[in-house]
Amino acid sequence: MTSIAVHTTWMTGRQLKAIARQPAYVVIMLIQPVIWLFLFGSLFRKVVDLPGFGASSYLDYLVPGVVIMSALSASMWSGMTVLEEIDRGIMDRFLVLPLHRSAIINASAALQSLVIAVQSVIIVLLGWAGGAHYAGGVPGLIVLIAAAVLIAILFSAFSNTVGMLARQRETIIGINTFLLLPLTFLSTAFMAEALMPHWMRIVANCNPVNWALEAGRSAMSANPDWARVGIQGGGLALLAIATTALSVLMFRAYQKSV
Amino acid sequence: MTMDTARPAPGRTIVGTSPAIEARDLVKTYPKDIRALDGLSFAVPAGTVFALLGPNGAGKSTTVKILTTLAQADSGTAIVAGLDVRAKPAQVRHAIGVVAQRSGADPVATGRENVLLSGRIQGLRGRELARRADELLDRFGLAGAAGRRVRTYSGGMQRRLDVAMGLVHRPTVLFLDEPTAGLDPESRSAMWEEIGRLSAAEGLTILLTTHYLEEADRLASQLAIVDRGRIVAEGTPDELKGELHGDAVHLELAGHPAPEHVLAALAPLAVIREIRVEGNSLSARADEGATAIPSVLAALETADVPVRAATVARPSLDDVYLRYAGRRFAEADQSPAVPALSGGSR
Repeated sequence: MTSIAVHTTWMTGRQLKAIARQPAYVVIMLIQPVIWLFLFGSLFRKVVDLPGFGASSYLDYLVPGVVIMSALSASMWSGMTVLEEIDRGIMDRFLVLPLHRSAIINASAALQSLVIAVQSVIIVLLGWAGGAHYAGGVPGLIVLIAAAVLIAILFSAFSNTVGMLARQRETIIGINTFLLLPLTFLSTAFMAEALMPHWMRIVANCNPVNWALEAGRSAMSANPDWARVGIQGGGLALLAIATTALSVLMFRAYQKSV
Repeated sequence: MTMDTARPAPGRTIVGTSPAIEARDLVKTYPKDIRALDGLSFAVPAGTVFALLGPNGAGKSTTVKILTTLAQADSGTAIVAGLDVRAKPAQVRHAIGVVAQRSGADPVATGRENVLLSGRIQGLRGRELARRADELLDRFGLAGAAGRRVRTYSGGMQRRLDVAMGLVHRPTVLFLDEPTAGLDPESRSAMWEEIGRLSAAEGLTILLTTHYLEEADRLASQLAIVDRGRIVAEGTPDELKGELHGDAVHLELAGHPAPEHVLAALAPLAVIREIRVEGNSLSARADEGATAIPSVLAALETADVPVRAATVARPSLDDVYLRYAGRRFAEADQSPAVPALSGGSR
């Protein structure tokens, strides 16, 4: 019997091919971070001069912010694909084939991880080309990209859960529109923690997007606090596992509802 | 999320006389107390084409979903290709091919990629898989379009691709759920020819669901009429039609006369029986339709019931349906017993 890994590879490959065939999607996915990077980079260039900001170059500060925000905003649409495949009957067709059930869920996580890893590398390279300095070197960048991948797994699983639960595009669109900006701005994506109001700092501490940013930034600094990186990364991983488990439960509920 | 390791060899035929499909007392209830299946039973001999005929919402698709391991019955047993669908779903999935009501082909992938992926999941590899895929694409007239994305296919092409995908691993039992729904007449008759060829040449057992009477009549060697989650009649098309003795007489009445009044007017006549009046339509049976009509018309005229049109026909499956389900097929189809739920058909 073919292993789950092989089935997952086939199912991931199928979706990768689909993405590659939609050049508009690829272009938008690459252009959007560039816009963030240079829009926010120019707009907020002077904030580093604020006392207490704690960074010397805003671009250095911004790159992790754009990497994580892009991971968030790309992965939270994953549920749309699941929904479309349910509506078109593609899901049911796979379910009547001798396919490992878990390969369907795995493929969604694998696809998001791959896409977001590539996107993150591109943003890091663009930042570097624009003059950003990565004091933490390669290990720091690896942590940043790993954090972006965890965010992608977390929020794609969440989005898949919403998709299978609500079975409505509008619900996904509504929830995403509602969540994207608060999750981004109630974090240190674009603004240093020291300059946030007190209440906002408390909220940010509970925001997984912020954990990813803090872990990434800390690892990318000249003197990483690895214990903190471990705690924040671990928390992120636990949450990703939790939303994945939730999406598996929803997937089983879907199979029962057919 | 487990998979059984053993599976039947592709191309295996069912030995002996045991049916290829057997459903016993299937019951399925959906949320909000919608009873889709209410003790449905039937058996399909190996190598035959069997049609489940009924209006939308009768329970045909639910039956197919249970037999193809997609859904689970609340109670009852289902055996497909000698395997219990509840106990051995993974093995059943190897033994069957499924063409569902909704296409299920990936629109962004090419036709060939769709067939290849299905074959791969079914355990075919390498050159054998490639040869089988090309053979099927060729046979279903898709060789030229094989490299095009399915999104660009016409409805008929998509349907043929669905069948090719279902056949790639040479299943012993093929399920066709409304295979011609939504197709234009030309594509429909092409599909009928193909289904006829399949059953003749490959020794496949085919379970077909349809709400087209003529489709069941033309393709199936055996058929069962499903109404409100139960089988109400079963047999060969000719047997079922034969049970209705004589011709069908249909009258179109002018206006909407009271049914009791019409029935009272016709009661003394011995030439017709099984009279039903619904709105302005009257149907009945007669041993000799042509000779019965004049006396029927005379009786109605005496009773002051004007008639707009009269027809006499040999019995059709529609008449069979009327007899067993108690209503005309088209009416049942318009007002399904089970309301369609959002997100899919039952």
